[in-house]
Parts: sequence; structure tokens; C-alpha cells
Amino acid sequence: MTQMTFARAINSGLRKSLENDPKVILMGEDIGTLGGVFRVTDGLQKDFGTHRVVDTPLAESAIMGTAVGLAYRGYRPVVEIQFDGFIYPAFDQIVSQVAKLHYRTQGAVKMPITIRVPFGGGIGSPEHHSESPEAYFTHTSGLRVVSVSNPQDAHTVIQQAILSDDPVLYFEPKRRYHDKGEVDEGIDPRTALPMDSARVVAEGTDVTLVAYGPLVKTAKDAAAAAADEGISIEVIDLRSLAPVDYATVEASVRKTGRLVVTHEAGQSGGLGAEVAASITERCFYHLETAPVRITGFDIPYPYSKLEMHHLPGLDRILDGVDRALGRPNSLSGLEG
Amino acid sequence: MSTDRNLIQLITPAGERISHPEFDPWMKDIGDEQLCSLYEDLTVIRRIDVEATALQRQGELGLWPPLLGQEAAQVGSGRALREDDFVFSSYRENGVAYCRGVDLTDITRVWRGTASSGWDPYSVNMATPQIIIGAQTLHATGYAMGIQNDGADSVAVTYFGDGATSEGDVNEAMVFAASFQAPVVFFCSNNHWAISEPVRLQSHIQIADRATGFGIPSLRVDGNDVLAVMAATRVALDRARHGGGPTFIEAVTYRMGPHTTADDPTRYRDANELEDWAAKDPILRVKALLERKGLLTDQVKQHVHDKAESVAREIRSGCIGMPDPEPMDIFKHVYSEPNSWLDRQQDHYARYLASFGDPAGATSEEGAR
Repeated sequence: MTQMTFARAINSGLRKSLENDPKVILMGEDIGTLGGVFRVTDGLQKDFGTHRVVDTPLAESAIMGTAVGLAYRGYRPVVEIQFDGFIYPAFDQIVSQVAKLHYRTQGAVKMPITIRVPFGGGIGSPEHHSESPEAYFTHTSGLRVVSVSNPQDAHTVIQQAILSDDPVLYFEPKRRYHDKGEVDEGIDPRTALPMDSARVVAEGTDVTLVAYGPLVKTAKDAAAAAADEGISIEVIDLRSLAPVDYATVEASVRKTGRLVVTHEAGQSGGLGAEVAASITERCFYHLETAPVRITGFDIPYPYSKLEMHHLPGLDRILDGVDRALGRPNSLSGLEG
Repeated sequence: MSTDRNLIQLITPAGERISHPEFDPWMKDIGDEQLCSLYEDLTVIRRIDVEATALQRQGELGLWPPLLGQEAAQVGSGRALREDDFVFSSYRENGVAYCRGVDLTDITRVWRGTASSGWDPYSVNMATPQIIIGAQTLHATGYAMGIQNDGADSVAVTYFGDGATSEGDVNEAMVFAASFQAPVVFFCSNNHWAISEPVRLQSHIQIADRATGFGIPSLRVDGNDVLAVMAATRVALDRARHGGGPTFIEAVTYRMGPHTTADDPTRYRDANELEDWAAKDPILRVKALLERKGLLTDQVKQHVHDKAESVAREIRSGCIGMPDPEPMDIFKHVYSEPNSWLDRQQDHYARYLASFGDPAGATSEEGAR
């Protein structure tokens, strides 16, 4: 086990993938000489060469489209989109090509492309640098979408994403890049918990709290705070956003009878809606109260002085937990 | 367009073989036999196009994008390629597909709607048609970057139209191709029309000149002249194979038919323009050349006719004889690996179909229950 930052854990996972498979190739803006604006690819170009770690011109659609061509040729491209808000120029290539080519070629052409996206807020950035666009992609068939919450998963899941023959969007919670954790670099990604499995990260009996990416830490903090008040929260780190591992969430809700889902992305049409609907369908008669969503608002990502109002924090999550438990909360007395 | 001094031409519309000091050397191996063979290709491809259009009119195909008038651009380039070159085309390059050896039935498959794909791209080194305008130029560029990494000397060739040159993807593809000096050939069939929009709406300068700004050498060629197209493509391929990077070819041709069988070009284009271009027909000029050379014997005529008719019969019977897909096929190949969301939907739909009891009910129309 080694102590390392989240960013370093991804870097180490990328390094292993580059070592293990000569077909793995990294592409993106500023990822080579600079090592990425967050230094996630630091040192990789120096060690693997400019043909394996490629600084590209500034054109996101081209980064994605050439990755498609490289995949046609048998490569496994790992593409970095520098910031969440910069992914939209590549949206067409992702949705119409990356996601669909396996289907559109009757399985003849595989698209083992990993798309790394630093996402989410909380770092005081200007506009377009703090977004949570994951629901656009979870709604697109043909893609797998994952988000990691801790250095060990970051290290293992990036390797699993690269090993997958399907295209994977890998969302990295940028405000956690500098968090440190124990990482066992000896874990074999092929035998580790599969990337499409959720994980119970804190056991509890009163309410199920579902989170992913940057909010898993917040959710765990909320569970610890609630424990002081005698409330037992079970926290689930979703890890995979498409497909969602409903079996794990369902088992928990059957036990607790209450569900709270939290994410930074806006509420309407978001992943919380999907989780709430699916769990309601699957175990309606085990639910004691209506599922609760604690999310970002349906607004463009706000200016940084106000972002903490937009981002679900510990107190807002606990307010949602109170609502799920039928305890007094900020909306007490309000219908619907 | 044939008055344009920059336009590369080796056969005039009247069928006269004119010499060109720069491009003649690339045509040294094209003797009488090869010329007859190109004439056959051109004729067969036009026949395929006519048959497929008829199949659409008879309700056997949902849609067809005719290539009438563009045969030379497709044969000249398609026959210049090596087997290990890889083609990324738009939806109109069915003539190129023929040259690559795509099975005739497979050409119509996707237009009949019996499958999401006509063929296995790796079996003929040609991707299946791209409908998103210009998207494939990036795929070709990426593929070419892969060729470069592999140290191979094959070339990626991408086909697109004049309208596509306005798309961001095509421009970005040229940026990447130039930056990495990727072995890719950009083959633009300037057929003058993007559905109803004339080429002058796309560009104030000649399409070939757009490449110059990216630092990509370009050739402007008479797209209705099969030899000129072949020579230009050979030059471009040779440059790419020997580390010279990308080339842009503008093949100046004309879409004699509609954009697709769903289009009505009489709403937007002048009949006179059509007449002008009919006089520059790509097949008639080769025929005239063969006649001048005394090569168009009854035997050759008969052979070409028979070949075209047999191909037409094959495409018709193959198309009509294609089995309909099974309902559960819609779930296939979305993912390479099991996916719990889709597996559940598939399972539920299978149960729904099974609820009819009669397996035939599975394919019956909505409301038949």
C-alpha cells in the first residue's frame, strides 16, 4: 500500500495500462510536455514517447474523431477532455460515432475508447470549468459511464475502463484530485470489483444515501455527523452511472426503506431521477417515504462566490435525510 | 469547369486523350485492356445505381442516394487504392464500395433496413457509409495516425462532398492531418450540390484552395475523367506512402440525380445546368476514346452489357431475398460486454413477445393482440 493523491493514483493506473498494452495511446490538450493542467499525466510522455502520449491541437471533436479512427486501427485510445465544460464540441463524435459504431457495424468494429473528464465544482473556477454533464452520456446507449470517489478506485477503475471493449466515460472529481489515500498498486483490475458494481461504503439501517464522485466524501461525512444524532445512514458509492448497479441499491433500500440520492448536476432529468424511478419500480412496497433528491439546481453552473449554495453540502444532505425519515426539516408542512 | 486552366484533365469530354507532362507518367501501365476494364466498371456502377433506384421506387429499399454522374470520380480513385489502404466514405460512394469488392447484396442492406450495417469493414478495408456529414474525415485521420504508429505504408482515404468542407470536423481533420503529417488522402467529390445548396454557398474560393490554408497540398481534377482522377489519386497515395503526409483532391463532378430518392431537384436547379453537365458525361467520354482507338468491338460491348445486366440481376435478387431480421436482433451489438440495464429491457421485451403465445405474434403489427 502506498499513500498517494487521487491524481497520482490515476497517473499510476495510466502508466500500468501503457506498460501492459502497446496499443494504449493517450491523447489530449497539454497532456504531454505539461503533464496535463491537473498533472494527471505528469511524466508519461517522457517515459512512453510522443507517439504514445500525444499532445493534440485544440479541437475536441477531432480528438474524439481521431480516437475513433485509431480504435478502427486496433488501438485503445485514452482521451483527456481538459474540463467538463469543454466536452460539448466532441458531443457529436461521442454520441453518433463512439457510442454507436459497434452497433452500426454489427459488432465488427469495437470502440475501446476511454474518455477522461475532470468534472464537478468546488474549486472556485470561472464558467465552463465546474460542470457535471454526466447525464447527457448516461442517456446515450452504447456508452458506459463511471465516476470514482477515492484514490484506490481511481487507480483500479481507470485500468478497467481501458481494458473494456466498450467506450467508457470516466468522470474524475477534480476537487478531490489532491485528496490522499492508500492505494494498493498490486490489485489486478481483472479480478477487482467490476467497474459496473456499486459499493456500500458505510453500513447503516435507517436510510440509504446514494452518491458518486465528489459527493461520496460529503455523504460519508454526513453519515458520520448523523451517527452522532443516532441516525444510521447507509452510504452507497454508485461508481457506475451507466449502467447503475440497482441490485446493490435495491438490497439496501429493502433494508432501510428510505432513499436519498445526491449529485452536483442539476436535478431535472438527472441521474437522481433515474435512480429514484428505478428503485421505486423495483421495491415500491419496501419504501416508507418518497425518495428524496438533493442536487444542484437547474441553473447554469453559478459564479464561484455562490457555488457552495449550488453544491449539495453536508447540511443540505442531512436536511434531505430528515425529510426521508419524516423528521422536521426545511420543507416540513409543505405539500409535495 | 473544363476551361479552368488548373483542372487536371487527361480525357476531354469529346473522348480525346490529351497529354499532361506531370500526370502521364502515372498512367503508363494503363493500356487498352485496363481502359476497357475501367469502361466496364463505370458501366456496371451506373447499372447498379439504376437498379437500386428502381428497387427504391418499387418499395424494396427505404431510400437510395444515387451517384449518377459521379462514376469516374469513384472508379478512378477506387481503382487506384491498394488492398491494405482503408476507406472512410460518405453514403454516396457505392461505386467505391464496388471497387473494394463489397458484396452486391451488402451494398443495399442498410438501405433496405434489414441490418444496421452492410458489411464487415475489415473484410474489404472500407468503413460502412457515414451519414453524419464529414465525421468520417476524422476517422480516416485517426486511422492514418495509427498507420504511422505501426510503421506501415498503407493509406487512409476519406471521401466527402463539397458541402462537408464547411463542417468543423473536416476542417479539424485537416488540422490534425497536417500537424501529424498523417498518411491520409482527402477526396472531395465536388458534385456542386449539397441537397439544394449550391457549392458557391459553401465557399467563395475553389474548394481545393481551402486545403492550402492548412498547409495541405491540393489537386483539382476533372472528376468526370476517370484517368485524371486515377492519376491524381496515385500521386496523393504515393506521397502519403512515402512520408509526405496528406493531400487534398477536389474532383470536380456533378450530381446528375437527386440528393436521394426522397429529393426533388427540379425545385432548386436549372435544367440548362444539367444539360451542360450531360455533355461532360464520364462514361460517354471513355466510350468515345475507346471508339477512337478502335477498341469498342462488338465483343467488348457485349461483354460489358452482359456483366452489367448480371450484376443488376444479382443486386435485385440479393436485395429482395434478404431475410427480415428477428425482433430481438435490435438488442444485439449495443455493447461488447453484458450490460445490466439493457439485459433487463431485453428480458422484459422477450417476455412481452412471449405473452402472445403464438411466436408469429412476435412480429405482428401493433394492435394485433
